[in-house]
Amino acid sequence: MSTRTFGEPIKRNEDRRLLTGQALFIDDVELPGMLHAAFLRSQVAHARIRKIDVSRALRRPGVVAAYVADDLGDYWKPGPLLVPPPPIAGIVFNQRTQVPLAKNKVRHVGEPLVIVIAESRYIAEDALDDIDIELEQLPAVVDIEQGLKAGSALVHEDLDSNVSAHVRQTKGNYATAAAKADHIIKRQFRYEHGISSPIETRGVVAQWDKRANQMTIWDTTQAPVFIRNGLAGMLGLSERQVRVIAPFVGGGFGPKIMMFYPEEVLLPWVSMKLNRPIKWIEDRLEHFFATTHERGQIHDAEMALTRDGRILGIKDVFLHDGGAYDPYGLTVPINSQCTLLGPYVVPNYDSTFTQVFTNLTLVTPYRGAGRQHGVFVMERLLDFAAHELNIDRAEIRRRNLIPADAFPYKNEIIFQDFQPLEYDSGNYEPVLDMALKAIGYNAFREEQAAARRQGRHLGIGVACYVEGTGIGPYEGAKVQVQSNGKVSIATGIGTQGQGHFTVFAQIAADQLGVAVTDVDVVTGDTDQFYWGAGTFASRGAVVAGNAVNEASKVVRKKALKLASDLFECAEEDLVLEDGKVSIVGIPEKFVRLGDLAGRANPMRGAVQPGTEPGLESTQYFGPPMGATANGVHAMIVEMDPRTFDLKILKYVVVHDCGTVINPMILAGQIHGGVAQGIGNAFYEKLVFDDQGQLLNASLADYLLPTALEVPRVELGHTVTKSPLNPMGIKGAGEAGAIPVGPLFAQAIEDALDLERRGVELLEIPLSPSRLFELTRNAPG
Amino acid sequence: MDIDDHEITISVNGVRYQRRVESRMLLSDFLRHDLGLAGTHVGCEHGVCGACTVLLDGQPVRSCLMFAVQAEKHEISTVEGVAGGDGEYHPLQQAMHDHHGLQCGYCTPGILMTMTAFLEENRSPSEEEVREALSGNLCRCTGYQNIVDAVMAAAKRMRG
Repeated sequence: MSTRTFGEPIKRNEDRRLLTGQALFIDDVELPGMLHAAFLRSQVAHARIRKIDVSRALRRPGVVAAYVADDLGDYWKPGPLLVPPPPIAGIVFNQRTQVPLAKNKVRHVGEPLVIVIAESRYIAEDALDDIDIELEQLPAVVDIEQGLKAGSALVHEDLDSNVSAHVRQTKGNYATAAAKADHIIKRQFRYEHGISSPIETRGVVAQWDKRANQMTIWDTTQAPVFIRNGLAGMLGLSERQVRVIAPFVGGGFGPKIMMFYPEEVLLPWVSMKLNRPIKWIEDRLEHFFATTHERGQIHDAEMALTRDGRILGIKDVFLHDGGAYDPYGLTVPINSQCTLLGPYVVPNYDSTFTQVFTNLTLVTPYRGAGRQHGVFVMERLLDFAAHELNIDRAEIRRRNLIPADAFPYKNEIIFQDFQPLEYDSGNYEPVLDMALKAIGYNAFREEQAAARRQGRHLGIGVACYVEGTGIGPYEGAKVQVQSNGKVSIATGIGTQGQGHFTVFAQIAADQLGVAVTDVDVVTGDTDQFYWGAGTFASRGAVVAGNAVNEASKVVRKKALKLASDLFECAEEDLVLEDGKVSIVGIPEKFVRLGDLAGRANPMRGAVQPGTEPGLESTQYFGPPMGATANGVHAMIVEMDPRTFDLKILKYVVVHDCGTVINPMILAGQIHGGVAQGIGNAFYEKLVFDDQGQLLNASLADYLLPTALEVPRVELGHTVTKSPLNPMGIKGAGEAGAIPVGPLFAQAIEDALDLERRGVELLEIPLSPSRLFELTRNAPG
Repeated sequence: MDIDDHEITISVNGVRYQRRVESRMLLSDFLRHDLGLAGTHVGCEHGVCGACTVLLDGQPVRSCLMFAVQAEKHEISTVEGVAGGDGEYHPLQQAMHDHHGLQCGYCTPGILMTMTAFLEENRSPSEEEVREALSGNLCRCTGYQNIVDAVMAAAKRMRG
């Protein structure tokens, strides 16, 4: 008897290869005759290029080639705009996309100037020192407020300012609402998000096979199909001639999707030029400059309320640091703008942002993708409102939650998927209740007072959020029964540890009555599956998962039809389980799925018109819009009031991401998200000087949380199905990371009694040294 | 620069290898690219992330902070040698699988090497000791909780 695996904590199919050192990662690709690339990158943030002379490098034994921008001829072009601006009235967008090698000017530290090709990586790096280069340094745009002032240096001198984009979105009329308000809270907030820093950096291997007229590219990308299509176009090849393989990828978190990185564009070109395979693996120092960041926003926000704490409206004007180029359009600030509204009824909203070019590494989505910034603003405004109106912090949230009968809930403004922001389903109050119960909210004040009597400083925080997930346009999947009875699934998304090899297998296994371990999943190989968009916006399980489900259902139908023909019985009389189709009640009368697959591909004889060979199906799924997940995080911390050392005593996440496919994998996603949120809130900060130099570009100085900083996370779930897909699922990949900043600010304020002392925490990241600065002049 | 080669003999997972290497060749590069033992991963090449951890005569070391020539006449153990000859998981591998202690799996080889050595030294660790021992290995996916649980479970199983 087959057991349904959907919803069960099924252990992962992919683990064995990873646990025994047999999984293929990018740097494990070894090819005969392979050459190695290294990049000379700008060491200054903003400069005119006066001279680059590679002749000495070319004389070094083992160096094969070196190219500067001019050597690329017509191949040198700014990259494509990946995400065009959404259809919002009055939008300003100045498209300036990154180039493969800097020409005339460099616009951020780490921008590549020269690619050197050599017989080994060691020699290629030696040769970088041989390159003679003259740069005329220009003042750098580092601070986004300064960058908008008249007379600021210009990142792109053909524009008359550093404005990359300007967007206003409104709902209702804030000014009218504010005029009727009992109380207005107004603050300035600064939120910095750091870098994703996966443990595996990026890499590319390109192999042009002249005889086969075929290009193969291994790439740590999250979006192999788009890389294939884009590079084919750039290289003058048809898409069929280009195969992109995203092998096992050691963490992505967003920045591995920022196609097209200069290295992705250059390696295939060089491989064609030299007719040799070329490998480039980013080192950790390069990663800090050459892989995209998220970074800062400055919000001037105000909230209008009634005296009993109901939100009448919010006005927010913010600046967003976009970095030197804007190929990813407005995804990050639009996410901030939309996600700020959170799970609350906000009848009037007036939000304007300006995306600013700076002489810093490009900003593209990193886990949460701007959602954190918006959630920080909303949650902090509520905290200050609660304080000033003398309402409990949890209670003010409860009063403003969207009621369960208000779904689908329309927020009217446009989201990152270009659709009107509409929450598909939700039931928010039970989530808050569960979180408060789990953290022991009601008993906490007593606990806090008792601890304080012993000289211990405890604080509590509660923060709510929503997460727009599972956006379109679409994904597809091919499900195929092999003649050995195993099932194979191919899909176009890439995978970076999310457990796709298992959750997709579970979906197919249930439909086809086979064991999960008998389902083999291929992701991220464009020769295995031709179409797709990629892994981003917590959409893999939702969009590709539903495509797997649809394709599996068709295969199931085909199997039952074939077996009914074979047994000359009705399909209703058949049962599909344990890898075979049998007649109900006569288990000895059966045919194996593998044999049916063989029968579906006859070698001789005639078939009926319209017959498709094989037991396979390819289906696509595209949701009408994104599904909105939600959750509440709650935390109790203990602070040392002198050293500002922080210890998390308890951390609770309660969330609702619709139907759960695999609770074990889901929990892992939440744990990992929370860990990254903790890094963002208290440990990770990119420190630049006023010339745009990153001062802490090593893992010894940029602090990723370790096992000592990340606590055990207690999880709770509620399930409100999404009506937007047949399985009712919503995405969960980013949920853990989103509300951690305001949670820290709130809990630390509480622990250090900062409300009474007149200190407000208006920024993230915080750190012991920053808390020392902020509180040193406050009364004790 | 003159090429500065050395003949070295290193034993890895009980197999003796004799190779000629440049003196500057990192042990991590030597294992991965010269011997094809690519299970040892490189994350930072400055000794912080712990992904490249291997055992040198049973003690965990960062293979990115050592030259291959320094491993001459030493016994190296890598992730490829952790499972039994018949492919049977080491108790820690089994526990990592059971407790979902890995996601992308890139840091996993370093964690297996660090923590198998730790479990040899400390048969009954507390959770705090496990976290302390693990704190030299960065993982960006899991939040560590399931790795900690896996190590505790493996310790229990290894005690019998």
